[in-house]
Amino acid sequence: MAERIVIDPITRIEGHLRVEIEVKNGIITDAYSAGTMVRGIETILKGRDPRDAWAFVGRVCGVCTSTHSLTSVRTVENALGISAPPNAELIRNLMANALYIQDHVVHFYVLHALDWVDVVSALKADPSEASKIAQSISPWPKSSVGYFSDIQKKFKNFVESGQLGIFANGYWGHPAYKLPPAVNLIAVAHYLEALEWQKELVKVHTIFGGKNPHPNYLVGGVPCSINIEEANAVNAERLAMVGKLFEDAKTFVNQVYIPDLLAVASFYKSDWGAIGGGLTNYMSFGDFPTNGYNNPDSFKMPRGVILNRDLSKIHEIKADDPEQIQEYVNNSWYEYSKGDKIGLHPFDGETKLNYTGPKPPYDQLDVSKKYSWVKTPRWKGYPMEVGPLSRMLVGYASGRADYKEVIESTLKALDVPVTALFSTLGRTAARGLETKLTCDWALEFYQQLLANIKNGDTRTMNNDKWDPETWPKTARGIGMVEAPRGALSHFIVIDNKKIGNYQLVVPTTWNASPRDINGKRSAYEESLIGTPVADPKLPLEVIRTIHSFDPCLACAVHVYDENGSYIHDLKTY
Amino acid sequence: MENKQLSFYEEARGNGISRKEFLKFCTIMAAWLGLETSGVGQIVKALETKPRLPVIWFHFQECTCCSESFIRASHPIVASIVLDKISLDYQETLMAASGVQAEDAYKTVMAKFPGEYIVMVEGSIPTENEAYCCIGGRSALQILKEAVANSKAVVAWGNCASAGCVQAASPNPTGAKPVHKVISGKPVINVQGCPPIADVMAGVVVHLLTFDRIPQLDGLGRPKAFYSRRVHDTCYRRANFDAGLFVEAFDDEGAKRGYCLYKMGCKGPVTYNSCGIIKWNDGISYPIQSGHPCIGCAEEGFWDNGPFYKHLPQIAGFGIETTADKIGVAVGLSALAGVTGHAVLTNIRKHREIANAPEAGSEIENPKEK
Repeated sequence: MAERIVIDPITRIEGHLRVEIEVKNGIITDAYSAGTMVRGIETILKGRDPRDAWAFVGRVCGVCTSTHSLTSVRTVENALGISAPPNAELIRNLMANALYIQDHVVHFYVLHALDWVDVVSALKADPSEASKIAQSISPWPKSSVGYFSDIQKKFKNFVESGQLGIFANGYWGHPAYKLPPAVNLIAVAHYLEALEWQKELVKVHTIFGGKNPHPNYLVGGVPCSINIEEANAVNAERLAMVGKLFEDAKTFVNQVYIPDLLAVASFYKSDWGAIGGGLTNYMSFGDFPTNGYNNPDSFKMPRGVILNRDLSKIHEIKADDPEQIQEYVNNSWYEYSKGDKIGLHPFDGETKLNYTGPKPPYDQLDVSKKYSWVKTPRWKGYPMEVGPLSRMLVGYASGRADYKEVIESTLKALDVPVTALFSTLGRTAARGLETKLTCDWALEFYQQLLANIKNGDTRTMNNDKWDPETWPKTARGIGMVEAPRGALSHFIVIDNKKIGNYQLVVPTTWNASPRDINGKRSAYEESLIGTPVADPKLPLEVIRTIHSFDPCLACAVHVYDENGSYIHDLKTY
Repeated sequence: MENKQLSFYEEARGNGISRKEFLKFCTIMAAWLGLETSGVGQIVKALETKPRLPVIWFHFQECTCCSESFIRASHPIVASIVLDKISLDYQETLMAASGVQAEDAYKTVMAKFPGEYIVMVEGSIPTENEAYCCIGGRSALQILKEAVANSKAVVAWGNCASAGCVQAASPNPTGAKPVHKVISGKPVINVQGCPPIADVMAGVVVHLLTFDRIPQLDGLGRPKAFYSRRVHDTCYRRANFDAGLFVEAFDDEGAKRGYCLYKMGCKGPVTYNSCGIIKWNDGISYPIQSGHPCIGCAEEGFWDNGPFYKHLPQIAGFGIETTADKIGVAVGLSALAGVTGHAVLTNIRKHREIANAPEAGSEIENPKEK
């Protein structure tokens, strides 16, 4: 008889996630993933000015802050036929790059590291051994014996205070922890460094968007103006700060994040390089345009779908094709007017909250009925994994030189085959490698921005269609972004200059959704099947795999609304 | 394990922070809190001797931007002490434990420190159906009420917990309510903004620890130290407003010179926050400085007082009188440049009922000429 284990809340994520697993003879035999919070932001958007939408949807998530705002301005521009000037595209890229780097570093150290790193074990470490290891893997200057000794004392004091704060009740001493004490100590030191470092790079958002979290965006461009002869605009001092922030970020990523990632991976590769693979289908919308958002071929990150782990073929995505993207509510607490058996393309989407779960307080969800606030999206009927692993695989399978180089050198360094990527550890490694690529791209975009300004192009805004009087009576558009957590798309219907319908299909919706109409599991649930669990009461292995996806539940849960009528040709997606 | 509570100062020293750095931190905190120089001594003393405060931090209907902002607190010692060294015993974004082990963490605090712990809340509470937000199978409302009952005070982080924020915008499909509307009997500090400025969050925590009492609040429960000045009155572009120099379209010549964003819809004149003083992310900038009008994110109901790009005199419901206590208005008025300021206020009152206003950038009467 299988034992049912409930893990709720899953912490160190964004939002409210509950996972129920069934364990038999120490192996997970079934899993259910449930989003347990709903806000209804799409309903709220209805009837508002489309130019305001970026601010509303920006508040969908403050962890992947700015990514929904970027998607929103692309969506409205797509609907109205607006092209943002090249400098605006570059500044948007720089802001997105800054988010990627900051978010991935924070994920690795603050949200994910404690799944691999036993902080209590670090107390037993020999600081001189930690120093020796640190210096052998990286030129990062904070690596002296004294430094690690001080960090260890700091932690010792903390533990002796008896108030363990955020480290209370962790899984310390669990048999699934495998790092030697010295490596744990290095990781603890870098956890603290990352926490302090992460607040720096977001200043790119503050310079261009005025604040972080939730920087400002603008339909048609970016709100900041460039004027190199003026104190009140983006000038040489502001640009120099952006350059320095990215240079520093690159140093931190190459000297701290990547060496730590490889060190951790080297201790866990034999088992966790084969656990948690889950689905075999991967999707990336692609991003970081080098020649305008309307030319996906110019993206730094390519677009496409991989099916059945076949890296020899990339399938084409058409987001406006009603046969490609569909959402189901057969296991979600909503109801469709034509019954819950069908899937709907987001343009035809409709949703009504219909909670049929147990009345709180409850112990278990009845998973034979609806069990989540997350809907179930499918691509041509297939469940898809989205996120850094999908992007790295699509980049690799597309034959991109920069992707091939980082992937192949890493596989070689760890002495593992390419199939090791299809795992929990592969997902975690992909995020790090992507961060490395992103640091290089950011500096390219930065140089391009400087070159444009030098050549006399300082435009950051296209005002041609700012005035709603210039808009068609009805229009609809799609915006696609690769958010740090994966493929993100927004769909808008503009009706009489107002929002008629606004819908989001979000990375964590793809990954965290409940089973579809054919009973097929989505990424989280599938990735847990077959995972060994040493002690079901201390489910470290479960959160290890779930965290490898970097869950973002506030993003995943939302309410759709019925759409109005519309007639407008779609642009390139 | 011995249950000895270390003071801030002991913690700081243990973390390798020098006394000089510690004093510098206290001085900066005093400056933010608007204290006289003599107040520095109080802060030093408090942080040297007070034990760490147990804190339970809940997430309800939210986006985690408040947690993200909190970890951006700019002074290093803030990250080192305030983040880790209050005893942050339950915080879902940061804590190691999940599931039952996580729940046990806050239950332990409630049992061990009745009347002594602070409850901090990020997010609103759904009331239409309690099942719209559940953690560990219990509703946000059940969890909050139970935890608040024996708490010392409640800190409502951000616009969600203070006023409901985006999910409470019309038509508020989940019946989202702020903390102060669903609990009673405990002081609630509304630290407004979407999110609040990181250093304001740190400042509120330090105030609680230093003086062992809640800071003075305005009529909407916001700490006066950070919310008694209008963004407009502390804006470095204010001189352009007074001189009648306005941005007429984004990225126009005025924008490239940093003119006033009033005509682009700036809500600075009716928004009480520290953006112009403390600024964001280590004092780097704030929305207006980076070219975007203030959207008024520290005000109740700001989502429904738009559209964002329509300018103030044409928008109904964003009245000065309803958003500030009397002292706030008085300070604001005295800081205004006489006739202009008066004209604007009059203008706002006069036009607040007018709907269907023209778009941002369209021609308006220059308030200076009124």
